[in-house]
Amino acid sequence: MNVVEASGLGKRYGRTWALRECTLEIPAGRVAALVGPNGAGKTTLLNLAVGLTAPSAGAVAVLGGRRAGSPAALDGIAFVAQDTPLYKNLSVADMISVTRSLNRRFDQPYARARLEELGIAPKRKAGKLSGGQQAQLALTLALARRPWLLVLDEPVAALDPVARHDFMATVLAAASADGVSVLLSSHVLTELERVAGYLVLMSRGRVQLAGEVDNLLAAHGQASLEELALHYLRETTPEVTR
Amino acid sequence: MTALTLTRPGGDDARLRPLPWRRMAGVTWRQHRIALAGVAVLLSALAAYLWIAGLPLHHAYDAAVACHPASSAACQGLDSALDGMDNFLSNGFLLQVLPVVIGAFVGAPVLARELETGTFRFAWTQGFGRWRWALAKLVLLAVVVTAAAGAFGALLTWYYQPFLSDQSYLGLPKTTPFAPALFDLRGVGFPAWTLAAFAIAALAGMLIRRVVPAIATALVVYAGLAVATGGFLRARYLAPLLTANFSNVPGNAWIVSQWWIKDGRVAFGDYPPASILNQFCPAPPAGKGGPSEGWGPCLVQHGYTMVTSYQPTSRFWTFQWIEGGWLLALSALLIGATIWLVQRRAA
Repeated sequence: MNVVEASGLGKRYGRTWALRECTLEIPAGRVAALVGPNGAGKTTLLNLAVGLTAPSAGAVAVLGGRRAGSPAALDGIAFVAQDTPLYKNLSVADMISVTRSLNRRFDQPYARARLEELGIAPKRKAGKLSGGQQAQLALTLALARRPWLLVLDEPVAALDPVARHDFMATVLAAASADGVSVLLSSHVLTELERVAGYLVLMSRGRVQLAGEVDNLLAAHGQASLEELALHYLRETTPEVTR
Repeated sequence: MTALTLTRPGGDDARLRPLPWRRMAGVTWRQHRIALAGVAVLLSALAAYLWIAGLPLHHAYDAAVACHPASSAACQGLDSALDGMDNFLSNGFLLQVLPVVIGAFVGAPVLARELETGTFRFAWTQGFGRWRWALAKLVLLAVVVTAAAGAFGALLTWYYQPFLSDQSYLGLPKTTPFAPALFDLRGVGFPAWTLAAFAIAALAGMLIRRVVPAIATALVVYAGLAVATGGFLRARYLAPLLTANFSNVPGNAWIVSQWWIKDGRVAFGDYPPASILNQFCPAPPAGKGGPSEGWGPCLVQHGYTMVTSYQPTSRFWTFQWIEGGWLLALSALLIGATIWLVQRRAA
């Protein structure tokens, strides 16, 4: 099964195409990384996949052929948006209650246990938590929904190194222990080195390269993901080389 | 953590029963309890004040109305007891802002705050579904504010009743129930205008995506609608009655307009032009005019007749339901448009 299938997918804002002619299949059971510089179209592709945005061209299906944004798609995908938006004036307990009410499945014991582990008291207001704790709260709420696909948009961009490590550890645990498919975007390549099994390289609104990380490394004769990405982005992005 | 299987993602859309609507009650309450508590405090404080001021007013009014014969010294004493029982709320002007204050402060943040803070990306990707989330929230909050306004409106209807008596001997300021500052505070007017303000503010919030500008816009749009309704639309709900005999017009009817005719043709509007006055009544007695004072009797002698168009008080409830009806339809339309925008808006 593919968690995301796009064919000829495009999104235009006004006269600019944020994403063009995107055709790809992201297989289930992996951590898939969407990599590219700012403005490459990563967020647009993720918004299309979670159904927040409607395509201007082409189509995108998720979870093995469900229309993005359809009830079954919403049911099976948990999305943590950039800067992990939470209701800042609600307490942690209220955020749990709200997320539980809004979803078919919600593993409340998991959410409670995980937050206790993280030392996040249920009475605290979400807006009063540190950046790392807010990210962990958003991730915990997303995982407690027991999704088949977890979508994370720049999850660690605003976090300090320790919070980054802890966050990615939680994601990896969910991916390996529970078999949750993960699709995450990042412009921080080093974080992805250890986690990504599938890579989608984007620049200037287009998918430049997509495939299993091991195969890509072998085919392009590069030693690491970072080298591969840099090499490829230099080749395809004239601005960088000039 | 329990292991998950990847073989059955969610099931087919057709087999997937939507989440029950009642789930949104707790969500809506948690997110909007501060605004709703503010409305409750505001309305309770005003209600307590009106109740305390209204009870002695109604006692004195009932005693004065029940007194017979009205011309007796005892009854005159009861009438004059009503003098000065009005207060700063009696003319209704201050309370005019209440529907839009309630509606805008509850309605504008519903979508504007989500869009302003980015939390719509959380709310709209949950399993409940985007348009159902918007529909549940807007309808629930609309019902709550309309019900609260309905209860408060019933109190206002009761409080203002002595001021609207057609028994002009009472010491209170005599007012028609159609008075622009009172009509929309009584009956179904008050909850209907509150609902309209809520719907205007919710749509403004969706379009503007910022709470404070959305509230400001809702205030302006609401004021425009209220002024247009009071100054133009309301008088045209039903064709006004016409009479050429001003003494036929009941004491507290709503005088829509007056004009003078001669020989079956309209001669002039409220006030005669200088040429007519100079010709027939060069030195009219003092008075503001009309068939029985000032220049009026003089012109009546010269064949002029004053025509009055008016809305009788018996039409009050008809007008209330007409106004309530179109405001309800407008609100439903605006809420529908807001939900449509939520569903089609790109992130």
